[in-house]
Amino acid sequence: MQSFLNIFDIYLLEAVINGILLGGVLALLALGLNLIFGVIDVTWICYAELVMIGMYGMYYLVQVFHLPYWAAAPLVILLVALLGAALHFLVIAPLLTAPPINQLLATGGVLFILQSFATVAFGIDFRNLGIRLPVLALGEMNFSYARLLSFGAALAGMIGVYLFLTRTFTGTAIRAIAQDRQIMPLMGVDPKRIYLVTSAIGGGLAGLAACLLVLQYDVHPFVGLSFGPITFLICVLGGLGNFIGGFIAAFVFAEIISLGGLFSDLEWGYVLAFAFFIVMMFIRPAGLLSRRS
Amino acid sequence: MTGMLELKSIDAGYGSFQALFDVSLDVRAGEAVGVIGPNGAGKTTLMRVISGLIRPIRGTIAMEGTDVVATPPHRIVSLGIAHVPENRRLFPRLTVADNLKMGAYMPGARAHYAERLEFVFELFPRLKERLQQMAGTMSGGEQQMCAIGRALMSNPKLLLLDEPSAGLAPVVVQQVFELVKRIRASGLTVLIVEQNVQQVLRVVDRAYLLEAGSIRAAGSAAELAASDTIKQAYLGV
Repeated sequence: MQSFLNIFDIYLLEAVINGILLGGVLALLALGLNLIFGVIDVTWICYAELVMIGMYGMYYLVQVFHLPYWAAAPLVILLVALLGAALHFLVIAPLLTAPPINQLLATGGVLFILQSFATVAFGIDFRNLGIRLPVLALGEMNFSYARLLSFGAALAGMIGVYLFLTRTFTGTAIRAIAQDRQIMPLMGVDPKRIYLVTSAIGGGLAGLAACLLVLQYDVHPFVGLSFGPITFLICVLGGLGNFIGGFIAAFVFAEIISLGGLFSDLEWGYVLAFAFFIVMMFIRPAGLLSRRS
Repeated sequence: MTGMLELKSIDAGYGSFQALFDVSLDVRAGEAVGVIGPNGAGKTTLMRVISGLIRPIRGTIAMEGTDVVATPPHRIVSLGIAHVPENRRLFPRLTVADNLKMGAYMPGARAHYAERLEFVFELFPRLKERLQQMAGTMSGGEQQMCAIGRALMSNPKLLLLDEPSAGLAPVVVQQVFELVKRIRASGLTVLIVEQNVQQVLRVVDRAYLLEAGSIRAAGSAAELAASDTIKQAYLGV
């Protein structure tokens, strides 16, 4: 055991575990985007901006209205879920039969609206909750409780969505609608309602991610840019709409970032991850788990 | 016997293409009625108009007195109309269990989910063995069973069957028509559309002949089977 630990550098182990912890939150973000894409066949370019709004929600509830974190989190999840449903109702639903490029441009427009709105309403200051969680020391390794908590909550959120999709009638309809949209009325399913519920769940996942990310990062109007692009890359690497592919890709990316950061600066981790993505797009353009037809 | 489903002067089509011209037909409670005719006669369009997948240009459809045309498509199944579409249209990457669950989606059917499942298993014991299998990986005959089972999960009064024998091996076609007989025996009213005229005339009470979007003949199964035009054109005698 001792010799094993000597070979297996303790910092390497720490980086690997931190990668797994990061992967949980990235997988949560990817699941929300994948759900929307897989079910409604629309990409929410503004997904990370929903997270940004949620982070501001947490900031205001905790710092301005002095709610405890545990009371603020469910409110924010609900708020962003409603925001997701509103996004579908106001922007996506009128464009459902429009060419995909129009849908992309419309949600891209929402991205700028949300960023500008946040700049005007909240200012460009970096804000945080002012909550400092302690660090867990395991031997020579250090893990922040914020990351451990985020990982656990992200995992719980994903399990919750999995149970909902597999155990309930509505969840089964959400999985079915992507396979055959036209016959859904024959099952007594109103596709409009299913799309709205799916959008609310997608928003709710963004809200949960916001509650977790705000523990580790300051919020500002452009914070979406620091995890929006990586979420898209994860979804594309896993195969857009493929939940399991996205889950695996999230951990692959997280490990590359974390290990890259160990051997060099954290920024180099991102460079490596994006370079890996470009190479993979040549090798497996349809995603890691692409179905061969 | 009272009229269950009544279509009056239905015109229907897709965009500028009209597929049905002035079609009137009725199905009485407890009956099995067939609609026969060649490929492209408008048989599938007829089924889709009844279940609301497309709306008629003109004409009325009534199910037990309720105006079907004014009912939103996803509520028509609540009127007691279950449609087994052409080519079965199962959800291929869902399990058999999930496909059956989708058939019981509407609130009225969810409450009786367990009972309906028992009923479907009685009719198709094979489905019980295949519950956890992906529907798309089953044989054509099994998929047809699953598609009919899914429709029965909604506890319908009227079952619409669109070409249940299409794409199946001859032996399996026999089995499917046996199934139709058993479904009738369980008290359901059936409207079945088929190209396999010989077989379908053996399981229905009455039939309509649909050609080029219009009803050309109607009568009891025996009358149609004996008519010269049908003998020559469809029965190959």
